[in-house]
Amino acid sequence: MKKLLNTLYITSQGSYLSKDGECVVVKSAEGQKKRFPVHVLDGVVCFGNVLCSPFLMGHCAEKGLSLSFLTERGRYLAAVHGPQSGNVLLRREQYRQADDPDAAARVARGVVAGKVANSRAVLRRCLRDYSDRVDVERVQGAVGVLDGCARRLRSPVSLDEIRGLEGLAANTYFGVFDELVLSKEQAFGFNGRVRRPPLDNVNCLLSFVYTLLAHDVRSALEAVGLDPQVGFLHRDRPGRPGLALDMMEEFRSFLADRLVLSLINRGEVETKGFTKKESGAVFMDDNTRKTVLTAWQKRKTDEVTHPFLSEKIPLGLAFHVQARLLARYLRKDLEGYPPFFWK
Amino acid sequence: MMVLVSYDVSFEDPNGKHRLRKISKICENYGQRVQYSVFECVVDPAQWTAFRHHLMQVYDEEKDSLRFYFLGKNWQRRVEHHGVGVAYDPENDALIL
Repeated sequence: MKKLLNTLYITSQGSYLSKDGECVVVKSAEGQKKRFPVHVLDGVVCFGNVLCSPFLMGHCAEKGLSLSFLTERGRYLAAVHGPQSGNVLLRREQYRQADDPDAAARVARGVVAGKVANSRAVLRRCLRDYSDRVDVERVQGAVGVLDGCARRLRSPVSLDEIRGLEGLAANTYFGVFDELVLSKEQAFGFNGRVRRPPLDNVNCLLSFVYTLLAHDVRSALEAVGLDPQVGFLHRDRPGRPGLALDMMEEFRSFLADRLVLSLINRGEVETKGFTKKESGAVFMDDNTRKTVLTAWQKRKTDEVTHPFLSEKIPLGLAFHVQARLLARYLRKDLEGYPPFFWK
Repeated sequence: MMVLVSYDVSFEDPNGKHRLRKISKICENYGQRVQYSVFECVVDPAQWTAFRHHLMQVYDEEKDSLRFYFLGKNWQRRVEHHGVGVAYDPENDALIL
């Protein structure tokens, strides 16, 4: 079984990454050096103006480390890959099934069912823990709608219908999401999901955590030899990692959203950590970003029991397990794709 | 698992300095330097075999000494640090620079 390894995040501007032997050497703008052996890492994420030597890029590609470049604010720019790897036959099978609407619908149904169930579980847990502080009726109503979605997903439905249900579920869920924000500070009010750019603090946090999630899911998919761009639920679009977005759906609510909620509700992020630009876009400062990264890394080490394997794994490995299960399903070793249900 | 590697290399013959440099290079590839000739290395059994093999090829049985301390999987509670030069935990710390 794969081991959950650490990810190195470089946020200091002007850093230079190079390779020395088997190590990643990080040289800061002040000239300080730190080194990390490659075998303790499974990814490097660079934010903003971070330089990287070509030899390190090659080494990372060879050792299977994912190396991504993001803007300072966390928008995805590029990633480095070695020669095309993985099994061609698996990838071809993926394309074939993505082209066939019925086959695609079967995977998409699993993914959306996972998403709906997990969103519902998040709302339910909130009702259970904070019934005195939230509008129970509203949240209960949303849970009811999600129940309906889940019921309809139990029988085979067409791809368009699945997309419709996914939209309905997402709207319902984000419709009551502001109830889950217990902090009564005005600054953390939430009025629906806005992105590109995020217009309030909560959306800013959500967008950033989703980017981190996308990085991890994408590298997990690539590690098993699937093509992260060809999705089943998401339509193909140049540069869009469709399959990574598909697989993220299962994880968004309980992994990303709950992380954001607990950061806000526990007061780990503060209002003054966010700035609003003239365009209305909201950005967070370096310290807030570091808080989020630390929390994210910590969350990935939490252990959960995998619903399908009934085995205890750290959450960070769940992406790899799901990617492998999907590959097995595409190879027809499994009868259906088992999504990740969070309890 | 965590292995603590420490070494003493004799400078009596002119090759000593060469061996010292080589040994420290190998150790740097697998772990972090916590003191001048002490390394903490988090390795899996396969990596450990390769690592040990490299060291064995370089050191001089007659003049140098190598010591390995196996601290196992739950090594965090077996290590305590005081003073300067705080080390990072490669498994659990968030590595943010």
